[in-house]
Amino acid sequence: MTPSLADVASSNVALRNLLHGLPGVDRVGADQRAAMLGTRSIKTTSKALAIDLAIRMVDLTTLEGADTPGKVRALCAKAVRPDPGDPSVPKVAAVCVYPDMVSRAVEALAGSGVRVASVATAFPSGRSSLEVKVAETAFAVGAGADEIDMVIDRGAFLSGDYLKVFEEIAAVKAACGTAHLKVILETGELATYDNVRRAAWLAMLAGGDFVKTSTGKVQPAATLPVTLVMLEAVRDFLSITGRKVGVKPAGGIKTTKDAIKMLVLVNETVGDGWLDPDWFRLGASSVLNDLLMQRQKLATGRYAGPDYFTLD
Amino acid sequence: MFEYAPAPESRAVVDIRPSYRLFVGGEWTDSQGGTAHKTVNPASEEALSEVVWATEADVDRAVGAARKAFGVWSALPGSERAKYLFRIARIIQERSRELAVLETLDNGKPIRESRDVDLPLVAAHFFYYAGWADKLGHAGYGPDPRPLGVAGQIIPWNFPLLMLAWKIAPALACGNTVVLKPAETTPLTALLFAEICQQADLPPGVVNIVTGAGETGAALVNHPDVNKIAFTGSTEVGRQIARSVAGSGKRLTLELGGKAANIVFDDAALDQAVEGVVNGIFFNQGHVCCAGSRLLVQESVAEELLEALKRRLTTLRLGDPLDKNTDIGAINSAAQLAKIRELSEAGEAEGAERWSPACPLPERGYWFPPTIFTGVAQSHRIAREEVFGPVLSVLTFRTPAEAVEKANNTPYGLSAGVWTEKGSRILWMADRLRAGVVWANTFNRFDPTSPFGGYKESGYGREGGRHGLEAYLDV
Repeated sequence: MTPSLADVASSNVALRNLLHGLPGVDRVGADQRAAMLGTRSIKTTSKALAIDLAIRMVDLTTLEGADTPGKVRALCAKAVRPDPGDPSVPKVAAVCVYPDMVSRAVEALAGSGVRVASVATAFPSGRSSLEVKVAETAFAVGAGADEIDMVIDRGAFLSGDYLKVFEEIAAVKAACGTAHLKVILETGELATYDNVRRAAWLAMLAGGDFVKTSTGKVQPAATLPVTLVMLEAVRDFLSITGRKVGVKPAGGIKTTKDAIKMLVLVNETVGDGWLDPDWFRLGASSVLNDLLMQRQKLATGRYAGPDYFTLD
Repeated sequence: MFEYAPAPESRAVVDIRPSYRLFVGGEWTDSQGGTAHKTVNPASEEALSEVVWATEADVDRAVGAARKAFGVWSALPGSERAKYLFRIARIIQERSRELAVLETLDNGKPIRESRDVDLPLVAAHFFYYAGWADKLGHAGYGPDPRPLGVAGQIIPWNFPLLMLAWKIAPALACGNTVVLKPAETTPLTALLFAEICQQADLPPGVVNIVTGAGETGAALVNHPDVNKIAFTGSTEVGRQIARSVAGSGKRLTLELGGKAANIVFDDAALDQAVEGVVNGIFFNQGHVCCAGSRLLVQESVAEELLEALKRRLTTLRLGDPLDKNTDIGAINSAAQLAKIRELSEAGEAEGAERWSPACPLPERGYWFPPTIFTGVAQSHRIAREEVFGPVLSVLTFRTPAEAVEKANNTPYGLSAGVWTEKGSRILWMADRLRAGVVWANTFNRFDPTSPFGGYKESGYGREGGRHGLEAYLDV
């Protein structure tokens, strides 16, 4: 497959030809492969390494209507110092908030090295005009966001209007300036793995720096097979175009086991190159405390109760 | 690099005795004149235990015990026989970890396979045929089909316990009694199964296990009081057996070798096709009669597929079979390793190009790296002879008709795989492929409800499913 990528966005037909020319994904086979990788047994030293890597990859997220400056401040403190009792615990990758909370997060995280990510583009549904989406992106970037998590227009995608989706992503990317763009596919609404692969390609072609599974508001979210399909997509995209794109599963990653399964998937699908917070993120919040508990258990041989870890 | 720390399954769950006797008439008995032989762990060459190679006199005793038990067992109502089979199935599930570890120790296959594939299938097979025991009148073989009598069963070393289940479960469900000979390199799970028969209170003599090699097998095949021979193994031995039983009135089913084609079209789901090809030939170190040992790939996608396949092979984990993260275990025996090496060298000598991923092999034990041959022609030995190892021959085709022609151009006919997103092409291919099993967009999937067996030199008779009953009924 050697698509002519230069003029791919010249028309909806050209885009459709390219996306529908991608190899299909067999659901049974993809599920089996993901399940098999889920049986990998990660113990002792490799588990310790995986836990610290997973912590460094977390995009600590709060996306509630009830979010307040206080809540965001608390989350930022947690991001910088996940375990106040243990300074050897690494910082997380980023804090992810709604646009109006960006300035609070920027303030709280100044100088910490933890990045600020903001959802934008009428998250989570994406049902608004392009002008509003671009304006919202510009607002978040202006407030200091390092990363923008946008949603694609699933309605346009499912009705075959790939060009509309492409142009929206490209416009938001332009509005991002130097901020990194993560493109949320909302795989739970795309339903088929063929669609997931096509949407991932569409996002990459349009300039996305990351492809992200879900908003966390729709089930199913970051399943193993969906993440597998997206990893295969970024691997193929790199080999064809030479451009490397990151992957962020988000939603439903609750336990250390879930997180480690994701890392195994990365390790055995795309390899070392993506085992880095610059190229792989875990969109989650509750998983952090489980990672901390497992980390302490591994170091001390004992489990501490949940009251020994902060709820933020 | 994300290295996985060793994650070995514990050997402590299994208790291997220093030596085993023969299981005849429900108890452990001494051999009359048989010699003791070691059975080794192929991953380390460590001796695990000693078993006796049964003599003609031993086989005669075992057949006698089976004959004696046949009267009682065949007279039991099917629903009563079912109870025993259900009980055996449940005990297998309860002791599955123990059985899986023992299988891996004696055979060399990765614990992931014995735990996730072999043992669940073994239990499922007993459950499935337990269900048939009281419904034989509805199987399509008349209102009250009768059993054959004493079945002599000879099984191979690649799936020791699973092949035992394929043989014993339908035989018992139909009311036969059995004398089973496991392979000489992998007798231990069959002997543990004998303990399970005792634990299940199976009437004495219904199942008899005689260990040994070719001579023991020959004694069983030639015994005049055996009514049925069921054999899984090489085509060469299958021929000898067919000659031996010819004219004796014994019923015979043979499940022999294969040289299956895994056919990948250019519209296949590529990543899953690669997985299927890997699973087709490297599952169980390629010690699978239905292994997809010939990859037929459409020329328009050959380069892309091969590149993906090679990339995938570099992630295969070869090593300690008891490690839960091992994908490829040990070759079962020195003799088999020699055969794989010989055929691989022939492949190179005939001009095919050999490739293996960088893959350090353990120092002790029998090991062979996953290997691909490209530029293989139909006339090469590696395209025609069964290697029975982790060696894949890659050939190309241009049209569906050529794929069918090449796939069928083999003396074997056990299985085939078709990879395409086009449903109508799957059906078109399945119609024309002369193979007992045609997998579509998958490979090496087994289920007790599905009949299995070959065309041509791959044998005759079917095992599994309703069809599998026929081999053990007088119809």
